[in-house]
Amino acid sequence: MALVSVKNLSRVFDVSKPWLNRVIEREPKAFLTAVSDVDFEVEPQTTYALVGESGSGKSTIGRMLVGLLNPSGGNVEIEGVDLANETDAAKVNAIRSDIQMIFQDPYASLNPRWRVRDIIVEPVAARGGKTDGLAERLLEQVGLSVKDAGKFPHEFSGGQRQRICIARALASEPRLIVCDEPTSALDVSVQSQVLNLMSDLKDNFGLTYVLITHDLTVVQHMADRIGVLYLGRLVEEGAPDELFERPKHPYTQMLLEAAPRMDGFGREVAPPEGEIPDPINPPPGCAFHPRCPLAGDICRQERPEMRRIGTTRVACHVAEG
Amino acid sequence: MADPVLSIRNLCVEIPTRHGILKPVDGVSYDIAKGEILGIVGESGAGKSMAGNAVIGLLNPPAHVSSGEIWLNGKRIDTLKGDALRRLRGKEIGMVFQDPLTSLNPLLRIGDQLVETMLTHLPISKSEAEKRAVAALEEVGIPGAAKRVNSYPHEFSGGMRQRVVIALALCAEPSLVIADEPTTALDVSVQAQIIALLKRLCRERGTAVMLITHDMGVIAEAADRVAVMYAGRLAELGPVRDVITAPEHPYTHGLMASTPLASRGQKRLHQIPGAMPRLDAVPDGCAFNPRCPRVADKCRQAPAPKVDGAAAACWFPLQHEEAS
Amino acid sequence: MSGTSTPAQKSRLRTALESDLFYTFKRSPVAVVSTVVVLVLVLSAVFAPLIAPTNPFDPASLNLMNGFTPPMSPNDFTGETFFMGTDDQGRDVFSTILYGMRISLFVGVAAVLFAMVLGITLGLLSGYLGGWVETVIMRIADVQLTFPSILVAMLIFGVAKGITPVEYRDQMAIWVLILAIGLSDWVQFARVVRGATLVEKNKEYVEAARLIGRRSGAIMLRHILPNVLSPVLVIATISLALAIIAEATLSFLGVGAPPTQPSLGTLIRIGQGFLFSGEWWILLFPAITLLGLALSVNLLGDWLRDALNPRLR
Repeated sequence: MALVSVKNLSRVFDVSKPWLNRVIEREPKAFLTAVSDVDFEVEPQTTYALVGESGSGKSTIGRMLVGLLNPSGGNVEIEGVDLANETDAAKVNAIRSDIQMIFQDPYASLNPRWRVRDIIVEPVAARGGKTDGLAERLLEQVGLSVKDAGKFPHEFSGGQRQRICIARALASEPRLIVCDEPTSALDVSVQSQVLNLMSDLKDNFGLTYVLITHDLTVVQHMADRIGVLYLGRLVEEGAPDELFERPKHPYTQMLLEAAPRMDGFGREVAPPEGEIPDPINPPPGCAFHPRCPLAGDICRQERPEMRRIGTTRVACHVAEG
Repeated sequence: MADPVLSIRNLCVEIPTRHGILKPVDGVSYDIAKGEILGIVGESGAGKSMAGNAVIGLLNPPAHVSSGEIWLNGKRIDTLKGDALRRLRGKEIGMVFQDPLTSLNPLLRIGDQLVETMLTHLPISKSEAEKRAVAALEEVGIPGAAKRVNSYPHEFSGGMRQRVVIALALCAEPSLVIADEPTTALDVSVQAQIIALLKRLCRERGTAVMLITHDMGVIAEAADRVAVMYAGRLAELGPVRDVITAPEHPYTHGLMASTPLASRGQKRLHQIPGAMPRLDAVPDGCAFNPRCPRVADKCRQAPAPKVDGAAAACWFPLQHEEAS
Repeated sequence: MSGTSTPAQKSRLRTALESDLFYTFKRSPVAVVSTVVVLVLVLSAVFAPLIAPTNPFDPASLNLMNGFTPPMSPNDFTGETFFMGTDDQGRDVFSTILYGMRISLFVGVAAVLFAMVLGITLGLLSGYLGGWVETVIMRIADVQLTFPSILVAMLIFGVAKGITPVEYRDQMAIWVLILAIGLSDWVQFARVVRGATLVEKNKEYVEAARLIGRRSGAIMLRHILPNVLSPVLVIATISLALAIIAEATLSFLGVGAPPTQPSLGTLIRIGQGFLFSGEWWILLFPAITLLGLALSVNLLGDWLRDALNPRLR
């Protein structure tokens, strides 16, 4: 059974001006659809990557997965429990300790006034669990020193802080960790240390990761399955080899082509046309059609359904296997 | 390389603090030729931006150039002050920063900013400048340039704003452009557009470019030569293909190997142990010696040899077969 | 317990001495001088009963014959000499200043503490909860800001005085004063705390705490509060100077501290009656003390604001 199951997930934000301004300027309410009808499942002990550019809704999905944000439509089930609608407090509590999150900014994700020990054990202490020696044990597991428990976050570098965040995420012995751009604030050599640590921990503790990132190279290295998002919609989902070798959706193709390559010396690519549209007024039909070289009439009118081509799922009218 | 546009000789930048003097740039030398793109890579704190800021005289006090020379088109510029320095900035050196919003005045129409820059630095009339402003915007690929000159910076998207900044940097026809992380804040697809644009415009005009970034992929695609910095010092300098495919300095080698691209198909990424030293704790000898797999006694005692031309600042550089 | 706490305290003292704040402090003559002035004034107020030559509120120690003695010259009748002279009732001005400063400082500190607690609470609530809670609190704050705070304080003082029974009025006056000044001053605390809270609550460490199911109250108190306190410290210092002035103003206008418990403001009010009859010292010395106290507290606050502002470093 899938550990995470996301069905028709949508999230709409009200981005209207204040009521008085709307009345005076005679503007209607404005809504931003950050996530629209997204379906996917994550198998236990795998890494599922959500890739997309800014405005693709990847972080919004991550926040809904962990329960920081409630869906506007559809639902997220983790181990069969829907956090947003479950009324049994015991069940909710059990699931909550099974989910953790690692954030992007290692400088903002640790409370600067707390000692590392208190930061790491908070997920357990908040539930009244035993925390003796827990911080020290976790610090060693993430490659820091036992002595670091008494220090404050500002005494650490970005990479070390991210290790502390990982230690905190591990404290409640979760099954699922949602990682929101875990290495995009880090330097390359530190990134490789953190990614290796994440891989090791996954093997040791049987963790499941949902990895949210814009960095295709990280995705290719880490993921077992990849979902590509564009303007809040899932456009393609597949295994990394298949997706990187034979991308089916024109957007995936464009994204892979545009990504800089280490072996691309003096490469002259025709850069992709256009930019990501305004999510408040997304284009009708397929959201990608204004930039798509293959777009036909049907793309402008009808939103494509997810369909299966081989092991890949694609939301495109024209894509072929 | 005859008559480089920019020539930096043994540049040192110092920041006096109450705990001692920090050296964010320590004895760096390189040249940039006409029409050449020199990539400067390094991790955060390596001093790559500080070196760029020293060239345009934008160091925040108390940081200052303590020794070394900076020459631009045969003129020494690190000693310039006041007006001469200001004239130099817009006229001879164009700048593109990471965040386009900080380089544009939010209260002025972009057309006015272009016109003002050109009138300050070029001997042309106002109507001529206005004509050129539209042309400049067209050149950087802003659709409907004739209308968009009257827009304010906030009316553009991030990618379009960076295009405006590039137009602004190039409008006074400088001989050198310093681009400091120009695409870091942008999405992948927009980044490709901006890099292609920067490359094309500088090739066409023969502008020298100092491209400062942490992204090896961007360097690989855009730069002709690359300078790798570590702890304020130059670790390696050479043609981009050589540095990336056959790095001689162990740090460059480790850096290249630790990008996920290079370890394709491997379960674990290559990793360099430890982290770059903080500026107040740079080790004696070669700055990289505590993390280096090839370290020997000599590395702990004597500073690594200075980079000269195309070489690595290392006592024991990696040797590569001719075939690779 | 004491065995383990000593090394920790030592290291805390050392970190304080090595901190950037102490470093900039040592290099700012203004800060050092104002700290010394504040310390001297506060200590002499606290230890007034030990320092003061007489207790000016003990009728037994007063001698009407000593009235209007100029400073540093012997009294015509009794031959006693007073450092700062005496007032109309023969009270030693130096002693009345020491005792008056106690009242002034007590009212000032208590009023600022009251305003701080109120302002921090309302600021945290409105910043973190948002919605109608924020709207209500901040609109009340806006309305109050449109009036000069001394007017607000006078209004509150007047209303409070009106509802207290006559026989308790003098006893209650000090507390009413604290309430009035505190209520007129909470707004800036609330605004600053709300602003800082809006920044902090979107930081990822707060999300991490929400994620594990921490309740809003715990997040506000344990996570956000410690991170919004440094601007509060600055405002509290500057507010203290303002509160001392406000108290003096109210007392000067005769609506503050009663003559039985005179504060610096009351002393100035009493003294100004004698200014034109030549007894200048009764007015001058309390006024200089008030000026020195308020000015040095204010300078200290200014310095603190600059030192804690990362952008000015």
